[in-house]
Amino acid sequence: MLTDSNGLLPLQLEPGDRVVLDNVSVCYHLPRAGMGTLKEYLIRALQGQLAFNDFWALRNISFRLKEGEFVGVIGVNGSGKSTLLKVISRVLRPISGHVLLRGRVAPLLELGAGFHPDLTGRENIFLNGALLGFSRDEMKEKFAAIVEFSELDSFIEAPLRTYSSGMIARLGFTIATDINTNVLLADEIFSVGDTEFIKKSKKRIQKFRKNSVSTILVSHMLHQVQSLCDRVIWLDHGRIVAEGNPVEIINAYKHKQISLKEK
Amino acid sequence: MKPNVSDSLPVYDSFKQRSLAISEIWDAYRYRDAIFQLTRRDIITRYKRSVLGVAWTMLNPLGMMLILVIVFSNIFETGSTYAAYILSGLLVWNFFSQTTNAIVNSLRAGAELIRKIYIPQSVFGISAILTGLVNFVFSLIPLLLVMLGTGVRFTWALLFTPISVILLALFSLGFGLTLATIGVFFPDVTEMYQIILVAWMYLTPIIYPETIFPERIRLVIANFNPMYSFVKIFRATTYLGRLPTLEEFVPAFAVSLAMLVFGWWLFTQKAGEFAYRL
Repeated sequence: MLTDSNGLLPLQLEPGDRVVLDNVSVCYHLPRAGMGTLKEYLIRALQGQLAFNDFWALRNISFRLKEGEFVGVIGVNGSGKSTLLKVISRVLRPISGHVLLRGRVAPLLELGAGFHPDLTGRENIFLNGALLGFSRDEMKEKFAAIVEFSELDSFIEAPLRTYSSGMIARLGFTIATDINTNVLLADEIFSVGDTEFIKKSKKRIQKFRKNSVSTILVSHMLHQVQSLCDRVIWLDHGRIVAEGNPVEIINAYKHKQISLKEK
Repeated sequence: MKPNVSDSLPVYDSFKQRSLAISEIWDAYRYRDAIFQLTRRDIITRYKRSVLGVAWTMLNPLGMMLILVIVFSNIFETGSTYAAYILSGLLVWNFFSQTTNAIVNSLRAGAELIRKIYIPQSVFGISAILTGLVNFVFSLIPLLLVMLGTGVRFTWALLFTPISVILLALFSLGFGLTLATIGVFFPDVTEMYQIILVAWMYLTPIIYPETIFPERIRLVIANFNPMYSFVKIFRATTYLGRLPTLEEFVPAFAVSLAMLVFGWWLFTQKAGEFAYRL
């Protein structure tokens, strides 16, 4: 009963709900160029020329994510996919609308958040974990598994600046996914590492699904979305164009892209 | 309604953000490990990189003190303990100017994170203060040595010093959060602040004895310059070897709490916009 758009019924989390979005809108209210400083701002304010650009990244988005569901989000660049994940991961507070979350949400938006080149792999694991909201005890428990999965054993006491970019990416992915979470937000995560590691990471995502973790996957790789997801949402200019069966939605999306190109 | 199993999980509701200032306290507490890890990172990377490591934290104020002593001991009637007088004031001032700048910078350095993952933004400010406190403890060693060398009397009042330092830290946190909030919207304010800091320092009796001012001007400074209070209570227990009087302590206490509450309030009111602006 997602019917409170008119403010009639209070929105509630029903059993099994992980994420509920109701009429969520996000607007970037940005000062026009050349107003980035206090001096400029005061001068323009005195002249009565304060101008802002409004950019609506999301408009009236409503949707529900159930326990264990795997939902894909597709759309062209700038359609609001990443903004949607940011609202769910609490990075952005919506201008209007209502966000309800139950359980822990783990964002895979920023792999290796806050990694520092002068710290060792071990130190970075604890730093990164803490920034993602995990306690020291949780990280201690996970430490061995993280080192093993990321295949860094002998490097773990070396400073991060000695790592290859592939190693850093592997470590970031492993920390972010080696956790107890209820909702996983993934933004183009399968572009990390070599093919062997991609296989491994896909397996891991599948395991999450078995443990009834809900996942939202944002990706441009349509075949991947189709093979993984139960449901697909198509975003365009911040609105939901269509939502439903992956095959149908992806086909409709492809047709649209082709017809746009022909014009 | 009867709660079922999954109802026991924590719920986030974007509507129920009634008091941002209060909920941020809880969020920062839940992220205490992040505060600790950020502090640890800043200290480790600082001391790993430079050869002299910890020594720099101690040598820096000592070097500055030495220069000031050489320059000013001929100008003022200073006496033999002038070096300890300067250093005690300098440490307080350095803590304030360094941590307030560090809070602004740590928020900017954390912008990448703030735009991409949820994290209570106050953890950056709090960890900057904690880092400052660790450095402050190191810089107390040269102060104690200089006090010993210049023949300043050590008394039990010294044990009161941590309280002065905590008040200073709370004031700096409040001030730094205020500055950081303004800095998110107007980056040039940070540049202006550097100039203000210089003027502010010379309006605080750090280098000169406050007796060089006539009584009236001294009262103006005492009433309108909060840093005056913090320098005063810190000097009381170290340099003067006595407890601060009530007239010295109450203003410092009141001003640090007021600044903290205001800074925290302003910061949390605006923190929701940081991800849009940084």
